[in-house]
Amino acid sequence: MVKKIFAKGFIYLMLLLMYAPIILLIIFSFVEFDHIDFRQLVSGENINFNLYKELFTGEDGETVVQAFKNTLLVAVVSAMVSTILGTFAAIGMYYSGKKMRKAYEIGGQIPILNPEIITALSLTILFVFVGIQFNFITLLIGHVVLTIPFVVLSILPKLKQMDNNIYEAALDLGAKPSKALTKIIIPQIMPGILSGFILAVTLSLDDYIITAFTRNNSFVTLSTYVYGVTSKRGAIPPTLRALTTIIVVVTLIVLLIINFTSGKKPMKKRGTRV
Amino acid sequence: MKNSNKIIELKNICKEYDGVLAVDNFNLYVKKGEFVTFLGPSGCGKTTTLRMIAGFEMPTSGVILLNGEDISKLPPYERPVNTVFQRYALFTHMDVYDNIAFGLKLKKIKYTYVDKKGVTKEKYRKYTNEEIDEKVRKALKIVDLEEFEYRDVATLSGGQQQRIAIARAIVNEPQILLLDEPLGALDLKMRKEMQEELKAMHKKLGITFIYVTHDQEEALTMSDTIVVMKDGMIQQIGTPEDIYNEPKNAFVADFIGESNIYSATMVGDKMVRFINHNFVCVDEFELHEKVDVVIRPEDIILGNENEGMVNGKLISKTFKGVHYEYVMMVGRNEVVIQTTDNFEINKIASISIDPFNIHIMKKEFTVNKYSDAWIDKNNNVVISEEPFECDITQLVPGSHVDEEGYVVDQHGIKYDFTDADVIAEISLKDIEVIDNEEDGIVSGEIVSIIYKGDHYQIIVRTEEDEDFVIDTEYTWNEFDKVSVKVDPKKIKLTLKAEVKEYVKD
Repeated sequence: MVKKIFAKGFIYLMLLLMYAPIILLIIFSFVEFDHIDFRQLVSGENINFNLYKELFTGEDGETVVQAFKNTLLVAVVSAMVSTILGTFAAIGMYYSGKKMRKAYEIGGQIPILNPEIITALSLTILFVFVGIQFNFITLLIGHVVLTIPFVVLSILPKLKQMDNNIYEAALDLGAKPSKALTKIIIPQIMPGILSGFILAVTLSLDDYIITAFTRNNSFVTLSTYVYGVTSKRGAIPPTLRALTTIIVVVTLIVLLIINFTSGKKPMKKRGTRV
Repeated sequence: MKNSNKIIELKNICKEYDGVLAVDNFNLYVKKGEFVTFLGPSGCGKTTTLRMIAGFEMPTSGVILLNGEDISKLPPYERPVNTVFQRYALFTHMDVYDNIAFGLKLKKIKYTYVDKKGVTKEKYRKYTNEEIDEKVRKALKIVDLEEFEYRDVATLSGGQQQRIAIARAIVNEPQILLLDEPLGALDLKMRKEMQEELKAMHKKLGITFIYVTHDQEEALTMSDTIVVMKDGMIQQIGTPEDIYNEPKNAFVADFIGESNIYSATMVGDKMVRFINHNFVCVDEFELHEKVDVVIRPEDIILGNENEGMVNGKLISKTFKGVHYEYVMMVGRNEVVIQTTDNFEINKIASISIDPFNIHIMKKEFTVNKYSDAWIDKNNNVVISEEPFECDITQLVPGSHVDEEGYVVDQHGIKYDFTDADVIAEISLKDIEVIDNEEDGIVSGEIVSIIYKGDHYQIIVRTEEDEDFVIDTEYTWNEFDKVSVKVDPKKIKLTLKAEVKEYVKD
């Protein structure tokens, strides 16, 4: 009994440590006060949505809205590109024989373990070396490089779970290799592709290092905006509490979607046929 | 197109993987409507052969003729054959209907029509939805799963999934249906049921079936023709009766059904000696020829002491449902007997064997012969890349080896046999098997064990793919890692070239 209480207590303690800062942040995003002060919270005064209003309508309002748009644009486009590339890469790796597959898998994991700063720096050096101006495309390339290994990593297990003979079965029934790929292999690994895409979106959303190195300075994303205002003014502007809460909520929603799609097969239409 | 009823013919098919022959000179033809089974232990090349017919593997050499036309280079999607896979390989993201209709939706059918000018023309079209619908329903009816159209394949049992896999293949009306151990994943009862159903289906559809299995009972029950394979080579082709009653060699006899196998010698005209007794037989072999003899346990008649041809002591008795299985010791040889009669154990009884039930086979191995052996600079013979000590003086009569390692004959002529190509022969009895992989000269894996009454004949295969066939009294297990050792005096060497070419001047 004591053991059980202890075990449970430990889990709760861990969860508290992990989530307390975030919960605190969310609570204080509704408190219109410059400092984090418990007396203010207890008194019940100034509890409202003003920080959110100010975030979008204050002096930085336009920049924030633009940063939101830019971040979403980069996240969605780069995730789409890396999902397409990553899917074909994973399929290619899977069907390239046991020895080569192992080599590719190890090679593909190095960028994941590599500190991001190294990826960012080397990309910068590459762009300078080739002589490309930093613009939206370089930023996109940076994010694709960042997210591709994760896409591959979420698709490979789905390929391994597949029946070995399934591709051959499609050929056997008269499908050309291209048909077998689009009609059988891709639908079979769809859950992996979807979670790879969502993973890529979330990674891109909150990325700072690669963004900072590969963007054009006039291009503001949420992470660069936050970093900019905190480093410029010294004190953390209270509106950031509202901004970060929004990011947390968005991430939470995405996380729920990931767990939902990878746990279950996608719903199928049960059509009527002639 | 040739005028014959051979639907498919495989000619001199070889398949090599990284220098290892998986299928070795495979020759076979299958008649239209036949049920042919490739039978053999795992790794015998049966699945590889099937995959070459399906088009998933290309033969390294040889041709595959379908109705007389070479199809060996065609991709699988252009061959009019369909496959049922061992693990079903169903498309789990589709329902039953879409799985079965998959092939139909892709198919283009030829049809002729008369255009406005009255000219008959040929065109291709796809099946209409109604046609697909009808064919799918018919296929589901054949596999006894009507009303299952819209079920999710993942919700079906193993047996049902296998039926869907069969329906998905036969709905395309293939000329040949290939089945790769299709019942391997099912439990025993289900397997028996499906065997009967597949047989009935074969009769009803009239499609040629090529079936792969390692289960000899399955092969015997279902097939018109059985192809027994081992090490990529065909051992025997025949009807189930042929294979069972007239096995070509000890491997086939041992693999199909239970059997007593003995080393024997022909001692007279239609007279063979084994277990220390002479038996009358019906097969004619040369006098004094060493042969293998196989007798099925159910063909031995057990009787009271002195009633039969040979007496022996019954040492064990097992009730097997329909019959009893006895083991009798005749001298040092074990004889397995199956009979419904009840005898007392630990008593002397006798056996007699009808001459027709003594099946005599040519001996597969009489000696280990290594025709690509050579002599190294230490006067050892190299077999399977390992040096074996040997008596090099046998190459030159009356010679000896001097301090420098040269062979010197009576007249003082020196010979240098370094790098000489020789044929090395070692008798089956002269090879010693050692449990420890390091202690022998060359190590390998036991790939075959056949019990021959009073000893085992085992085959040790080395990493270099060289075989050592060994007669031993000791029990080993298949896949044991062992090493072998040979008494240097027991290796017989023959030079490939003339001895004078090795004279040292």
